[in-house]
Amino acid sequence: MQKPKLVYTTYIRSTPKDIWAAITKPEFTRQYWGEMTNVSDWKRGSKWEHHNPENEVWITGKVLESTPPKRLVLSWADPDDLKDKSRVTFEIEALEDMTCLTVTHGNFKDGSTMVKKVSGGWPRVLSSLKTFLETGKGLNIFCK
Amino acid sequence: MQPNGCIMSRVMDAVFKALADESRRKLLDQLHKSNGQTLGELCAHLDMTRQAVTKHLLLLEDANLVAVVWRGREKLHYLNPVPIFEISERWIDKYERHRLQALGDLKKGLEENKNNKPNKKG
Repeated sequence: MQKPKLVYTTYIRSTPKDIWAAITKPEFTRQYWGEMTNVSDWKRGSKWEHHNPENEVWITGKVLESTPPKRLVLSWADPDDLKDKSRVTFEIEALEDMTCLTVTHGNFKDGSTMVKKVSGGWPRVLSSLKTFLETGKGLNIFCK
Repeated sequence: MQPNGCIMSRVMDAVFKALADESRRKLLDQLHKSNGQTLGELCAHLDMTRQAVTKHLLLLEDANLVAVVWRGREKLHYLNPVPIFEISERWIDKYERHRLQALGDLKKGLEENKNNKPNKKG
């Protein structure tokens, strides 16, 4: 197994089911992920896409593993540079009244430019997700 | 609201306590430079005993500033900046962010410029 490049965790006062919904349902992602949406039927082998508010595809890939509400593994690539493919894993684990969400981004190709693009974004997205689930309102994370 | 507030405040205390130490900041710098290091790799770059590094890492893990991944019997340490971002959210509002970013970039640019002056001329 290749060593993952980026690993992020956050403890959220929420349930695995709600966290799963927050990651996979456009009506929720829109509220904390800088108006972006994740679109798929989330079945293993299906395509998934990350859209901006104008419905342009920013990231695309396949659903490699899907075990709601515990584990979701996606391949991840810029549609303009499909060879620069990497892999994102969401792991959701209930701990008493909290839930631990771990996002691992790895399997980057040599010379990948994706590491640089996402390493600033993930902490923002995850802290906004936490705030959204705990308070009902996400952070304005990608304001221009 | 009270219990949630207490938890938030405990979490913040842990983060500030973890960051209020030069050795622990150095550990985070090491992970920033090269993510996913083992205890042995971290020790090789720092002038600290293995015991001290272990102790500091535990504190950083408790504050959730370091995330851990097991690869077989190897424990890999990752810099997890999510709690730092949450803290900054408390005092930085959405309109301020890009101004602060611009000021930060300006400072960085000016300082880099100063350091690189001989090279840039040459």
